[in-house]
Amino acid sequence: MNATSTLQPDFLLAVESLTVSFDGFKAVDDLSFYIDENEIRVIIGPNGAGKTTVLDLICGRTRATEGSIKFRGKELTTMREDRIVHEGVGRKFQTPSIYEDLTVFENLEISFPRGRSVWGALLFKRDKEVKERVQEIAEMIFLADLLDLKAAYLSHGQKQWLEIGMLLIQDPDLLMLDEPVAGMSVSERKKTAALLNEIIKDRSVIVIEHDMKFVEDIADKVIVLHQGKILSQGTMEKVKNDPKVIDVYLGH
Amino acid sequence: MFDSYSASELGAIFAMQGFAGLSLFSVFVLMALGLAIIFGQMGVINMAHGEFMILGAYVTYLCSHLVENYAPGLFGVYFFGAMILAFLASGALGMLVEWALIRHLYKRPLDTLLATWGLSLILQQLYRSVFGAREVGVTLPDWLMGSFNLTDMIEVPINGVFVMGLTILITLGVYLMMFRSSWGKQVRAVVQNRTMAGAVGINTEMTDRLTFGIGCGIAGVAGAAFTMIGSTGPTAGQLYIVDTFLVVVFGGAASLLGTIASAFTISQAQSTLEFFLSGSMAKVFTLLTVVGILMLRPQGLFSLKVRK
Amino acid sequence: MKSGFTLYTRKELISLLILAALIFLVFPAVLDVFRLNLVGKYLTYAFVAVGLVLCWGYGGILSLGQGLFFGLGGYGMAMFLKLEASTPEATKIQSTPGIPDFMDWNQLTALPGFWQPFHSFPLTLVLMIAVPTAFAWLIGVAMFKRRVGGVYFAIITQALAAILTVLIIGQQGYTGGVNGITDLRTLLGWDIRTDSAKFILYFVNGGLLMAALVACQFVRKSKVGRLLVAMRDKEDRVRFSGYDVANFKIFIFCFAAALCAIGGAMFTLQVGFMSPSFVGIVPSIEMVIFCAVGGRLSLFGAVYGALLVNWAKTSLSESFPELWLFAMGGLFIAVVLAFPNGLAGVYDSVASRIGKRRAAAPEGAPDAPPAPSDLAVPAAAAHRQPAAAAKDDEERLLLGGDRFLGKPAS
Repeated sequence: MNATSTLQPDFLLAVESLTVSFDGFKAVDDLSFYIDENEIRVIIGPNGAGKTTVLDLICGRTRATEGSIKFRGKELTTMREDRIVHEGVGRKFQTPSIYEDLTVFENLEISFPRGRSVWGALLFKRDKEVKERVQEIAEMIFLADLLDLKAAYLSHGQKQWLEIGMLLIQDPDLLMLDEPVAGMSVSERKKTAALLNEIIKDRSVIVIEHDMKFVEDIADKVIVLHQGKILSQGTMEKVKNDPKVIDVYLGH
Repeated sequence: MFDSYSASELGAIFAMQGFAGLSLFSVFVLMALGLAIIFGQMGVINMAHGEFMILGAYVTYLCSHLVENYAPGLFGVYFFGAMILAFLASGALGMLVEWALIRHLYKRPLDTLLATWGLSLILQQLYRSVFGAREVGVTLPDWLMGSFNLTDMIEVPINGVFVMGLTILITLGVYLMMFRSSWGKQVRAVVQNRTMAGAVGINTEMTDRLTFGIGCGIAGVAGAAFTMIGSTGPTAGQLYIVDTFLVVVFGGAASLLGTIASAFTISQAQSTLEFFLSGSMAKVFTLLTVVGILMLRPQGLFSLKVRK
Repeated sequence: MKSGFTLYTRKELISLLILAALIFLVFPAVLDVFRLNLVGKYLTYAFVAVGLVLCWGYGGILSLGQGLFFGLGGYGMAMFLKLEASTPEATKIQSTPGIPDFMDWNQLTALPGFWQPFHSFPLTLVLMIAVPTAFAWLIGVAMFKRRVGGVYFAIITQALAAILTVLIIGQQGYTGGVNGITDLRTLLGWDIRTDSAKFILYFVNGGLLMAALVACQFVRKSKVGRLLVAMRDKEDRVRFSGYDVANFKIFIFCFAAALCAIGGAMFTLQVGFMSPSFVGIVPSIEMVIFCAVGGRLSLFGAVYGALLVNWAKTSLSESFPELWLFAMGGLFIAVVLAFPNGLAGVYDSVASRIGKRRAAAPEGAPDAPPAPSDLAVPAAAAHRQPAAAAKDDEERLLLGGDRFLGKPAS
């Protein structure tokens, strides 16, 4: 554990007073939360609540207007995106974001955390270590037989798995998943749930998900976002029975 | 560098160069208006825009000849008819080009750029074959000749003033069309969300075609206006295309006000510098400054911050 | 799975050997020195075209200002040659002997400072490549670090090429103006105007082009090549896999610029002069068409594209000058609308039609049935579908109700 930060020495991620406004519209408004090592945190909330924006802010895709995000005591709000990744933050996008013109193998290989500078990439060698690791991950994500296939030909669910695999090979300490089972068929969902249960071990995870069964299964704590603010947080049990939450989100 | 001029001379120089700049400004604005619609609203790069302008110029040239020879009585007002014809000719060609070429390339902006460059080469050669390689000029009616003498040192040519007035009118027209008419609303709706616009019953294909056609038509009118202050050759359009794109980009692609402001800044800077430096160095300095600013502020002068 | 690093597959090696045979054996055997020199000139554009394959075809960065780098390289070489040709003895009729003739005509009385380094051949060789590359680096840093790309990049590079042309033409005394730098005679005492020199220079040029092709192939086959494709497709994903995307773009843009510079220098040597007509907007965009005609994803294609388009230009504009612009314009349109992958694409599709036809693979549709084995690809045949998957209970997975299903979220 990094002990340089005296303020929140125990948190992996400390988000404090985070605000972002787009032309006056506050998509995220004075948000604070903390994530422990190995904690699984789920963010839920209605559409437009600012869930994806929170992930965008943590990984540097959107820059905060105010507030701070500290990862192991290091400030992320001013850090370049690739550096944030080097610190150990991994991000899966909502729609599968993979390289369609490359093969499954090449997709995974690019995410292998070595040779990330220009010269490193020029001299990058596809050695035994890379191949074994790619094989290992491919087996986890059910794509071991499709390594030489162009990723464009994968089904939607397989593309989601591939992107999860690309994150796994990166081996991040904080994994952020944006609706990992969205758009999947029922059977794909089941496989994905099993996969996610496997990969969330030994790391901290932030998940945005609407699938409540899945949320109940994995979440340590739940945050309910509404209009860029925390409406409620705590265990799933507590959140589910919070009248405010039922009103804006879970109610029928 | 100012030592050798007296204060009143300097004043006159700035006024005269300012006026020369205003003529250049008119040309920039007229050409950029069409581009601001096609590039700013539709996101299409039309490298043949200059050739659409030249088409308008040639139409005006033809009209001037026809009227001079067959209906000399109308010569004083032929220009207005020529302008309408120029709009229709360039607009019709624009719609044809949209149908044959552009609509296949909406998702490939870089390829559009190459294809329209090809189109511009073909049009240039066509003009050369039809009208010859030499530059042609129109005969101005008497009332456009001469100049106003404001003071001893400051003279203002009438045709320049006329073109400026025309520029203001056309700009106003484009503004009303884009931002005050229901058609303009449709165009903007299609640009912002094609699927949704289609779903609420807008004929997106027709809207695209008309928008492109009108953008080209405005270029044609620009060409007609252009004949009032300069002569026309087959490659005249190419001379301005880079400047015009810079004007539009510098202004912030989606902003009409930005386009006008940037056309004003660039033309004034260039013509004022032209007096003190050679013409080419003035252009180099101006364009380099614009490119430099664009590198620092790629979104241009006027733009909105939007959520990704 | 591919094992290890192979620079050339067998097929590619054969293509390379065919090209080498064409350049080093066939052309010299069948063409006279005049025509061979012309082919040599065309091949200098191939340097630009192969650079564009990496930059534009792979990286998706379309530069319309490659003439800028070609010109800077060419002018670098021309300045050296001009100084060598402007000895005080050879220019003693000038009012200031020892400076290039056009400077004397423009009333310059001393060699400008920026010409001084070009007295030295080693320095010239360095500067000729370093200056354009540094320019590319500056442009790249300014644009790519701010995430400007696509159409904007194309327009800005085009404007820069236009600006350099205006500058060269405007500053006659320093640059030779619109005529360029002409009357170049010797390279380190060796007369480059003779037939034997032209013959040798053709081979030097061919050798350099081969080296450039191998260097490009190395980049293409390295992880940088795959990253370029990845960035063209999903730039954000690359960024969030821990790469500084801008650095890779800057690298490939500089690499392409350096190739242009070599091409430009070889152009000057073989043609014997350099002028702004090889720098501006028109030549720059023509360089793009060489690459597009050959195939923007094929290094060999780009070489053939440069050869073919230039050959067509020479022969058409000799006999039917009016037709040439029509043909050129039509070529731009055809290559975009009908043959986006150029000659290489046509060749590939013909070759695959003749060869065994592999079953076409359909696009994986979103929300497709959960059967990966539906994929009509060879590898998928071996892929087993999990038994439990098919008849699953349609339990309501969504506590929140279906209203959230499938809708785009925040």
